[in-house]
Amino acid sequence: MQANNTRQPLLRKQMVQTLVASLICILLGLLIGYIALLIINPSQAFEAIMKVLKNFWNYSKSSAQLKHFGTTLITSAPLIMCGLSVLFAYKVGLFNIGAAGQYVAGAGACLYCALELQLAWPLCLIAAILAGAALGAISGFLKAHRNVNEVISCIMLNWISLYLVNTLLTGVKNPTGKDTYTIASQNAAGLLPSLGLDELLNNKNVTIAIPLAIVVCIGIWVLLSKTRLGYELRATGLNKNAAKYCGMRDRYNIVLTMAIAGGLAGLGAAMLYLSDFEQWAVTQASVPPMGFNGIAAAFLGGLNPIGVIFSSYFIQHITRGGASLTSIPGYCSQVSDLITSVIIYMCGFVLFMKTFMNDRLDRRAGKKGGKSK
Amino acid sequence: MTLLIQYMLIFSSVLMLVALGGCFSEHSGVINIGLEGIMVFGALGGALVMRYLPAGTAPVVIILLCVLVAMLSGIIYSLLLAVAAVNFRADQTLVGTAMNLLGTAAATVIVKAINTAADPNNTSSEIMYVDAKKAFIISEGTEFSWFMVLAVILLVASYIVLYKTKFGLRLQACGEHPQAADSVGINVHRMRYAGVMISGLLGGLGGLVYITAGVSAWKFENGVAGFGFLALAVMIFGSWKPQRIALAALLFGLFRSLSNVYTGFDLLKSLNLPSTVYNMLPYIISLIVLAIFAKSSAAPKAEGIPYDKGSR
Repeated sequence: MQANNTRQPLLRKQMVQTLVASLICILLGLLIGYIALLIINPSQAFEAIMKVLKNFWNYSKSSAQLKHFGTTLITSAPLIMCGLSVLFAYKVGLFNIGAAGQYVAGAGACLYCALELQLAWPLCLIAAILAGAALGAISGFLKAHRNVNEVISCIMLNWISLYLVNTLLTGVKNPTGKDTYTIASQNAAGLLPSLGLDELLNNKNVTIAIPLAIVVCIGIWVLLSKTRLGYELRATGLNKNAAKYCGMRDRYNIVLTMAIAGGLAGLGAAMLYLSDFEQWAVTQASVPPMGFNGIAAAFLGGLNPIGVIFSSYFIQHITRGGASLTSIPGYCSQVSDLITSVIIYMCGFVLFMKTFMNDRLDRRAGKKGGKSK
Repeated sequence: MTLLIQYMLIFSSVLMLVALGGCFSEHSGVINIGLEGIMVFGALGGALVMRYLPAGTAPVVIILLCVLVAMLSGIIYSLLLAVAAVNFRADQTLVGTAMNLLGTAAATVIVKAINTAADPNNTSSEIMYVDAKKAFIISEGTEFSWFMVLAVILLVASYIVLYKTKFGLRLQACGEHPQAADSVGINVHRMRYAGVMISGLLGGLGGLVYITAGVSAWKFENGVAGFGFLALAVMIFGSWKPQRIALAALLFGLFRSLSNVYTGFDLLKSLNLPSTVYNMLPYIISLIVLAIFAKSSAAPKAEGIPYDKGSR
């Protein structure tokens, strides 16, 4: 067996299979996006899809390129956290569709602390984590102790938290519009520090969010694969009953997992809203898609904490690229949402793709074995 | 008061139709989180028909065509779920979520492209159907529409199909114990396709009803503002049974319409609650009900699990 391992085809490796499957998802997503563009306006479809893919390279000046690269990074950080949140819960066998609501709760908590209570940024950050964690823990508790499917409770909580946060933030709404005040105008200490990154990228909204997100990713990777708690959590995810039999506290672990996942999504919201890049519109009638896109980031990243960094960046790269599509008649920025959602849809087929690859390899290996005999 | 009843009935019809759709899908064993996306596509189909039918078309024709096209678009869109969940054994929650995002994104892209093709300066995602919508109204000046009648007919039909026909009982068997169903010669895959497609039919119609509820233009960028999820709550609150779903839909429709018109009631106005409270209530109630009753849940036992002939 040992000797065989060295001669195994490259495609047998889990990592390679995951990478190939993710690339297939991306290619199919882009292909369908391209077809949609072709139908709308055949003459400029190629130009448009290149615009989506090039994102900040669309600008000729290097200062503008840096600025838009910075914007992509600003929006990547919260997506990384939401992806991580979905991934973490999934490793323990839970589908955290509530990342969207936990993200909303985090946004509400950090903006309330920064604008109404005038707290400094570390406290706002902690408040966001706690709010997300509390929401996650409710789902976890209902799952562990009341046998309520976490998907259903998360969906309910998504909407409850949206309406709660809208009500909460109405008090700090800028009277001239429907958005909350900017943090810079009310409480500059509430903004995340940038440590010079803003000047480096020529973009005043760039903060420590991206390095922080990467550090958290590594932290979660260590937690999941190198610690006893991570081992217990994964064991609970693989077989709840077996884990319980081995003396692991399955109920406690489920609540803890959802709390951590919620905290991650809440932190993601703080990374975006404490940078003043975006304000909260208190009249919004639907849950922000960031948390749902986190599902895409998690699955596209092959359910690997480090993979999530790249998949999140890619999704935000094409989303920002799509924003420049409006300059071509007939096209709109939602084309990149279309591509992203097709990618999520295709991620559902990853298991099938892997089985298919393994089957093909088995068949080929079987044929070779037959010949040598 | 009549305003409240009008809104309550029309919102209840939407919720009931979509929840019944979800009920069929879940009884066949497939969780349908993608109802929201299905509604958007049904709405899009219906809205396009209303827009492109020549003025002066007979009301009966308008109603029939819109309903048919909305149902058909819903069915076609629901096939995305059926193919992934039945043939490819994909994660149903993941696929459903993708369908919700895809529904709004694709509808926006389509409508914007149509609008700009008609008028290069028009980049909105709105479709107007002021005249065509009048065909659905029973008596001028109110919101009582033929859809309410249709919803009641479909409710009765759903009950009969689910409990009194061979098809319905077989469908439920596939959601409870697919292996047992297979062993007596029921084609589980075909039944699950049927379940999902019926949910597409009812969900698509629900989408059409929703975008004609009190308005005569719809901005597709907004999707259907969470009504698909609210319908899921109705389905759970109605414990997967058509007759209870109807009651749950009435209750949730009442809350939803209260958030629109509560300022018309002195008592409610004096409470001085923000309208978000009424929006939140249905979700909070279903969460509490779930927390109390989930242990004895009426959910189909095999829902969400891909059927594999080889497993025991």
